[in-house]
Amino acid sequence: MELTFFIEKFAIILVVFGITMLIALYSTFAERKVAGYMQDRIGPNRAGYGGILQPLSDGVKMFTKEDFIPNTPNKFLFIVGPWLFIVTALMSSAVIPWGDTINFFGTNVILQATDINVAILFVFGVVSIGVYGIMIGGWASNNKYSLMGAVRASSQMISYEVAMGLSIIAVLMMTGTLSLRAITLQQHGFWDGANHWLSWNIFKQPLAFLIFLICAFAETNRTPFDLPECESELVGGYHTEYSSMKLGFFLFAEYINMFISSAIISIVFFGGFNYPGMDWVANNIGGNISTLLGVGVLFAKVFFFIFFYMWVRWTVPRFRYDQLMKLGWKILIPLAIVNIAITGAVILLRM
Amino acid sequence: MAIDFQALSLSGRKRDVSNKDMTFMERLYLPAIAKGMGITLRHFFKPKVTIQYPEQKREFAPVFRGRHILMRDENGAERCTACGLCALSCPAEAITMTSAERKPGEEKLYREEKYASVYEINMLRCIFCGLCEEACPKEAIFLTEDMAPADYKREGFIYGKDKLVMPLEDKNLAYTK
Repeated sequence: MELTFFIEKFAIILVVFGITMLIALYSTFAERKVAGYMQDRIGPNRAGYGGILQPLSDGVKMFTKEDFIPNTPNKFLFIVGPWLFIVTALMSSAVIPWGDTINFFGTNVILQATDINVAILFVFGVVSIGVYGIMIGGWASNNKYSLMGAVRASSQMISYEVAMGLSIIAVLMMTGTLSLRAITLQQHGFWDGANHWLSWNIFKQPLAFLIFLICAFAETNRTPFDLPECESELVGGYHTEYSSMKLGFFLFAEYINMFISSAIISIVFFGGFNYPGMDWVANNIGGNISTLLGVGVLFAKVFFFIFFYMWVRWTVPRFRYDQLMKLGWKILIPLAIVNIAITGAVILLRM
Repeated sequence: MAIDFQALSLSGRKRDVSNKDMTFMERLYLPAIAKGMGITLRHFFKPKVTIQYPEQKREFAPVFRGRHILMRDENGAERCTACGLCALSCPAEAITMTSAERKPGEEKLYREEKYASVYEINMLRCIFCGLCEEACPKEAIFLTEDMAPADYKREGFIYGKDKLVMPLEDKNLAYTK
């Protein structure tokens, strides 16, 4: 019993790790393609059919480049920085429910590495450790631009974590649980019969979604909040001094973060693996088919949000630093608190 | 009478700078972002104008002037008589030549008694204006539709007769006017 449990979880973790890496790999390719198409270009299309092997050639390039370490007294921290960043980026995928239960040779398997009851807290905690990777890496580089980028990254992430946490509190007040699986199951199907309203949280908490989305952009250091690595001011920001696969880890972790935050948005606000008519599919076609369809639906939502990230990146220009701070502290945080008050009032009125 | 300098506009294109405050909707910034994203999405689905160069080539204009060719006549003899008019007309001073007298028995090689034993064009100086082509009284030099290819050394851009004279097997006199 113990052994089968161990094997089951180990397999799920391996598969999730592999899929996360693959999606991050191809996000770099998709980013360049999307950028090209939005600028009336074609994008990379030489390696393989339609450029499908481009990520592999990028990887080979990264591995074969000189691994330069600057003259710094903190060689250990310099190496630890990207390592910490990518490890924390990968860790948060452990609590994400990729699908409902699947019947696998008589045993019911939950398509999730671990269903802990503090999943959202876990994600927030791990994401804030991710700042250490940037901070340590930027500081150990012994370069003023890297340090500036690192300081910007940490202050930005700390500021937006507040608004992000407050926006999610309004959702948690409704769900009453921190487990991502429980939150997904509460948004069952598409129509909430008990409340006569659409069951996904986006329809119940649109303001919280908007705040969460904006904060997610800031947390993943994506345009319009990519001040930590803005090329036009800080050369490359916190990864200026990095080269070879250490730089690759930094860039890779950014895409993993993007994937994970897309998954969190899909699960918390867009019903995760729920889709309209899932009960009908489960009853008439089969539970396993319904679950697999749910996994597909979740990935479709995730891919849409990854595309959305890229779409915004190639549309919106970068914020100025004071605008960023003003938006975070003076607009989003008060708005999130107002949202909490409204949610509380509505819950009280309906009781 | 005092001149109102505030209202003076010599070009007639003076405009007052307005510094009005943004409305609430404008300060919200989100409608503007949505509009911008609509524009980028429209570009996403637009047909792309990229020409995939090595496979696809852009059609040149009929007046395109590329690298030079020294023509032979219908018997395969070189037309150039080393008169030097092309070098004289060249605004970039890219052309240089040495003339020589045709020996008996070389009638197959050179059309007239005098010919260019050395004929060099410096492709780094050449501006492809085509004045040499217009100056030539013997219809010997023409500018083709080929590009002068890249090279690693400067010496490689000084084209001698080996690169300029039309190959013997290429008998189609396509560039003759």
